[in-house]
Amino acid sequence: MHKIWLIIQREYTTRVKNKRFILVTFLMPVLIIGFGFGFGYLSTTGTEHRKIAVIDPNGFIKTSLKNTNQIEFSFPLEVDTLNYNKKGFTDILIIPKFDGVKKTDYILRSKKSMGLMLQNSITDKINGAIEDKMLQESGIQQSTLDSIHKASQFAELKAYEDKGSSSKESNAGLAMGIGYASGFLIYITLFIYGSMVMRGVMEEKTNRIAEVIISSVKPFELMMGKIIGIGAVGLTQFIMWIVLILTLSSVAMGFLPADVQHQVASLQQSNGQMGAGMMQASDAAKNIYTFQHTIQTANWPLILSCFVFYFLGGYLFYSALFAAVGSVVNEDPQDAQSLMFPITMPIIFSYLITNMVTQNPNTPLAFWASIIPFSSPMVMMARIAYGVPSAVSYWELALSMSILIGGFLFTTWLSGKIYRTGILLYGKKVNWKTMIKWAFKKQ
Amino acid sequence: MNPILSLQHLKKYYSDQKAVDDISFDIKEGSIFGLLGPNGAGKTTLLRMITGIFYPDGGDIILDGQKFNPIDDIQKIGYMPEERGMYKKMKIGEQALYLAQLKGLSKSDATEKIKYWFKKFEMESWWNKKVEDLSKGMSQKLQFVVTVLHEPKLIILDEPFSGLDPVNANLIKDEIFNLAKKGSTIIFSTHRMEQVEEICDHIVLVNLGKKILDGTVAEVKQQFKENIFSIQTSEPFTVQDNSIFNIVKTENNKIHVKIQEGYQSNDVLSYLLKEKVNIIGYNELLPSLNEIFIQLVEGTHASTRAFHAEN
Repeated sequence: MHKIWLIIQREYTTRVKNKRFILVTFLMPVLIIGFGFGFGYLSTTGTEHRKIAVIDPNGFIKTSLKNTNQIEFSFPLEVDTLNYNKKGFTDILIIPKFDGVKKTDYILRSKKSMGLMLQNSITDKINGAIEDKMLQESGIQQSTLDSIHKASQFAELKAYEDKGSSSKESNAGLAMGIGYASGFLIYITLFIYGSMVMRGVMEEKTNRIAEVIISSVKPFELMMGKIIGIGAVGLTQFIMWIVLILTLSSVAMGFLPADVQHQVASLQQSNGQMGAGMMQASDAAKNIYTFQHTIQTANWPLILSCFVFYFLGGYLFYSALFAAVGSVVNEDPQDAQSLMFPITMPIIFSYLITNMVTQNPNTPLAFWASIIPFSSPMVMMARIAYGVPSAVSYWELALSMSILIGGFLFTTWLSGKIYRTGILLYGKKVNWKTMIKWAFKKQ
Repeated sequence: MNPILSLQHLKKYYSDQKAVDDISFDIKEGSIFGLLGPNGAGKTTLLRMITGIFYPDGGDIILDGQKFNPIDDIQKIGYMPEERGMYKKMKIGEQALYLAQLKGLSKSDATEKIKYWFKKFEMESWWNKKVEDLSKGMSQKLQFVVTVLHEPKLIILDEPFSGLDPVNANLIKDEIFNLAKKGSTIIFSTHRMEQVEEICDHIVLVNLGKKILDGTVAEVKQQFKENIFSIQTSEPFTVQDNSIFNIVKTENNKIHVKIQEGYQSNDVLSYLLKEKVNIIGYNELLPSLNEIFIQLVEGTHASTRAFHAEN
C-alpha cells in the first residue's frame, strides 16, 4: 500500500508541477468567462447595421416593416438594383405585386450576404403584413387586430415539478444546459485523461523503466498508481476550475455599476416579485437577477456530487482500457491509433446519445444508455440535470451507479491481466484478440 | 556455507515453448556468478523469475534460506535489466529517490545513500539534471547506482558493461568486486565471455531453456580441456606424430601437441628431452570460455528461438 502511494504521488506531482497543467488550469476559466462576457457584449452591441431600401408597389407592407436596432427600412424612390449601393443602402428588397393567391418570391439583393436570422425576421414581417391585410379584407377592424396581437403574447410558461406535497420551480432550459455541459466535460476529460494514462504507460514501456519498477512493485500496483494519480490530477483541475470560475464571476459582478448591483440586491430581497423593485430595475439588473434565480433552481449539491462520481467512474472504467492499450503498444504510435478505436467509438457514441438525451431525458434509449457503463457517465449526467427523482428515479440512479462500479472493477481486472503481459513484451504486434486471450488466460 | 540463492527444478512455459525447462543450481553467498547463454536461451525469463516479475510454472526459489516471496524479499534484490530505463523528463536526484523509496528505503535514508553514491561516482552535479540530458554511459552509471543503492544481498546485472567506455567499465567492475567483498552476491548475465573469465567465480550456461554447464571457471575449463600443450623451444625443431602425442599446430619455435590417451604431460617432456630439444616453455592450453560456449551452443538453433520467445 505504501508503494502504490509513492507511485500515485509521483504521477500526481510530476503532472501538477508541469507548466502546461498550470497554464491550462488558469487559462481555461479565464477563457470561459471571457468568452461568456465577450459573447454577451458582441451580441448586444457589435451587430451589423443594415440599411434596406424597399420597393413596394403594394403599399400596405410599409407599416409592418418597423425599424429595429439592426435594420433600418426606407422606402425611397428612384432606387434600383444598380444604384442602391451608391445611394447608401446595404440591401434592396423588391416586393412583387401581391395577388392574394400565389406564393411569390421576394427578392433581396445585398453587397454582403445577410444572416439567416435577419432574413427570417424580414420574412416574418412581410408574412405578418400580408396576414393582417387579408384579415382586414375579410372585415376585421384594425383595433380588433391590435388587441389580438397583444393577446398572443400573454402566455409565459412557468414549469413546476411536484415533489410530494411541495412543488419547485423547474427549468428545462437550465437542465438542458447543465446536462449538456456536464456530458461534454466528461466526454472531453475521458479523452484527455484516458490518453494521458495511455501515454504514461507507453512512456514507461518504451523507456524500459517498467521492468525496473516491476521488480519493486506488482504490475497491477504500477497501473493503478498511474490511473489514480492521473485521476487525482483531473479532479484537482475541476476543483480549481470551479473555484476560479466562482471567484472570477464574483469579481466580474463587482465591476457592474453600483446602481445595477443595488437593484439586483433589492430584487433578490423581494424575490423578484415586488412591483416596487421591478419598476425601478433596469434591464441589466433584471437579466442578472433572472440568471441568478434560474441557476438557483437546480439542485447543485446533487449535480456536483453525481458529476464527481460519474467523472471518476467513467474515468476509471475507460482509463483502465487505455492503460491496457498503452501496455501492448511498441514504439509505433500508429498501433496505438488502431487499438484505441474500439475504446474511442463507445465514447463518441455516448456523446452523441447525450446530445439527444439533453432534450429528451426519458426515452428508452436514454434509460438504457444511462445504465450501460460504456455510456452511463455522460448520459446519466444529462438525465440527472432534469432532476432526481422526477426524471431519474432513485433505483435507476442506484442501478446505474452500481453497474458502473462493477464495470470499472471488471475493466481494471481485465486490463490488469493484459497490462502484466504487455508491459514487458517487446517487438511483437498485438491485436485485441491476443489481448483478450491474455486476459482470460489462467495464471 | 549455505547458498544465498538456490533454484530447484525451476520451470516456465510459454504457449509454444519451454522458456525455462527444469533448471536447478545454487549460488554461494559473496560470489560473483555468471549466467551465460545465447540470445533466447531463457536467461531473461530466469532472471525475471528470480526478481519476482514472473511466477514460475514449477519448482522453487530459495532465497537466503527461505522460500522466495516476491513482495517481502524485494529489498534483498537489486536488478539492473539489460534494457535500461529511466523517466526521461524527471530530475535525476528525484528519480533515484523515487526508485529507492519503491525498494522500501525511507526518504531520509535514501537521500543519504544517493548522496554517498553520487559523490563516489562524481555525479553530484547531476542532481537537478534530467535523464534526457545524459549520455548513454552516464545513464548507465545512474542505473547501476539505483540498482545497488538499497544494499541488496543479491545484485542481478544484465549486461552491465554494454555502452560503457573503458574508464567507466572499470569503475563499475571495481565496484562489483567491492560489493562482493562486502558480502553481496552478484549474478552477472552476459554473452561477453572475456568479462566472465575475468570477473566470475562460478558460471552456469543455459541453452534452449536447459542448464548445460555448471561449475567454477577453472572446473569448466578442466572439463573441456583437450590435453593440448604448448611447447616453446630456443630454436626451430622438427618432431613427428608419435604414440605419445599428435602435433596440432607448428610455428617457428613453438608447437602445440595433443597428448594421446594413456599418457601424461611428463611423458611428452621426457620424449622431447630424449630428442635433445631445448625447451624454454611448456604449458597446458586450456580452452577459453568463448570456445566452450561456441562449441556447446553452435548448431542448436538457439538464436532462431529468440524470435518465438515470450508469447
